[in-house]
Amino acid sequence: MTVTKEAAAPAGTARQDTGPPDPEQGWRVSSPLVLTMLLLVVLTLQGPVRQALSAPVMQSWTTVFVAVVVQALPFLVLGVLLSAVLAVCVPPSFFARALPRRPALAVPVAGVAGAVLPGCECASVPVAGAMVRRGVAPAAALTFLLSAPAINPVVLTATAVAFPDEPRMVVARFAAGLLVACVMGWLWQRLGRPDLLRPKAHPSAEGQGRGAAFWGSVRHDVMHAGGFLVVGAMAAATLKSFVPEDVLRLASGNPVVSVLALAVLAVVLSICSEADAFVAASLSQFSLTARLVFLVVGPMIDLKLFALQAGAFGRAFAVRFAPATFAVAVVLGSATGAVLL
Amino acid sequence: MNREAQAAVLLLTGVALLHAGLSDLYLRYVKAGLQPLLLAAGAVLVAAALATVWYELRGPRRRTGQGPGDKPGDKQEDTHDAHDAGHAHPHPHPHHEPKVAWLLVLPVLALVLVAPPALGSYSAARTGTSVPRPFGFPALPAGDPLRMATVDYAGRAVYDRGRSLSGRQVTLTGFVSIGRDGTPYLTRMVLNCCAADARPVKIGLTGQVPPVLRPDAWLEVTGTYTPRRAEDPVNDGPVPFLDVSRARPVREPAEPYEG
Repeated sequence: MTVTKEAAAPAGTARQDTGPPDPEQGWRVSSPLVLTMLLLVVLTLQGPVRQALSAPVMQSWTTVFVAVVVQALPFLVLGVLLSAVLAVCVPPSFFARALPRRPALAVPVAGVAGAVLPGCECASVPVAGAMVRRGVAPAAALTFLLSAPAINPVVLTATAVAFPDEPRMVVARFAAGLLVACVMGWLWQRLGRPDLLRPKAHPSAEGQGRGAAFWGSVRHDVMHAGGFLVVGAMAAATLKSFVPEDVLRLASGNPVVSVLALAVLAVVLSICSEADAFVAASLSQFSLTARLVFLVVGPMIDLKLFALQAGAFGRAFAVRFAPATFAVAVVLGSATGAVLL
Repeated sequence: MNREAQAAVLLLTGVALLHAGLSDLYLRYVKAGLQPLLLAAGAVLVAAALATVWYELRGPRRRTGQGPGDKPGDKQEDTHDAHDAGHAHPHPHPHHEPKVAWLLVLPVLALVLVAPPALGSYSAARTGTSVPRPFGFPALPAGDPLRMATVDYAGRAVYDRGRSLSGRQVTLTGFVSIGRDGTPYLTRMVLNCCAADARPVKIGLTGQVPPVLRPDAWLEVTGTYTPRRAEDPVNDGPVPFLDVSRARPVREPAEPYEG
């Protein structure tokens, strides 16, 4: 133990001196070295760290934080693998043939195609990024991004199980999800500026074998999306463990306020789209329309997704796309609810 | 972050997932059904880390004609780091990743070093009870007392007015949480996917309740159905009661949630 302490003490000061790894100033600190130091410091400070996290609110924070990451990582990895397969094995000409040439028509086709990706929202972000890089019209790729987590069979089945008395909920969710995804695609085609959408440059696959290109893509996507996933998970855990649920009671009386309250709740909670129907079912003090809006907004935009989208397409894109998605989802979700429920 | 560090972070994350998935640790955070996916994801991350190291060791030799050398990383590292700082240079092989990737270390540390406990009375007190409506009320199997899931008891008590429970001794397991008015609840969190969507099922305790109840202590209580009913002050949800005849402390079960 003494050995670890001696090793960790200079490590601690080194970290304070250099701050974030910035090799141009001070010492030349390489990232593996920083990582090793960080691990040593945390290992030594294990006791105090555990103590600090033992208050109930911190425990609940840490549990929810770890839970969101652990739950999302497998789906993220699935999406990253699919995206690597798209990048390495599917030639751009495939998409040119599979999708109608006119973006206005490609949008609904991409929306319906979203129904076949049986994952939650974390999987669809890297796949949509890969589609843009493979030359798919951005409008169509964005429609796929929004529709895949909202209307795939796993999610619809979960909704049917969660609302055994309300089969119309499944129909309404499918209709509203597809509608919002297509409307956002068409809006992007009309209003979107290509310079906003900056899919992160990938390590070029030129001159590499297939294996190198495939694993390069996996590593790159996991490192990119993973960090942003952690940001989203921290935000969701913070709100989940610090804001008591009672505040919702104040909102449930007024129909307009209740719709907005559940829309905001969907953004804040960042629940996986395969589970949100069960949470919606338990919010029984709210109208079915308000709960439908919760189910439409959640898979399309939440804190975790916002962070992932900012990572995949650039912050300038995310700060415009996310509020627009939110507004369209709230309006069309309420309208669908008014007609179908 | 250069490739060596990326490989290390990938390896750590993958090993942490495998560690959680192979022990009962993952059950504190996600549903049991997620285990195969967790293990597969962990394996893919470890494979990605190994592949990164493999291509990194082979790559420089092929690209620059450099010999294997005693420390193939050293010279490489300097150039990587220069690129980390100066994003302006065009580079044929962009190696740097955004600083945000460092955050991936956090959940790994939280999982391996802290291993936070399953959600308990703190979350239960702040979340409204949620009793899902069962599909039907088949006759209870034989057994006296009959061991049943908390959520099953609550469903029969609330939606079937306890008809299928009448005259039966049942045993429930859960942790203690105390309502705002001081009512002791036997509580179990119900998961659908991960702990972020956990909802409590609360069952009020009446009858021979132990005099001292510590929140978060796990109890096994045996008793019979009672028509007494209350509302959870958090969301006005229905809280059924159990007339307790026997209670004994137990260890936290390996699977702390019901689903």
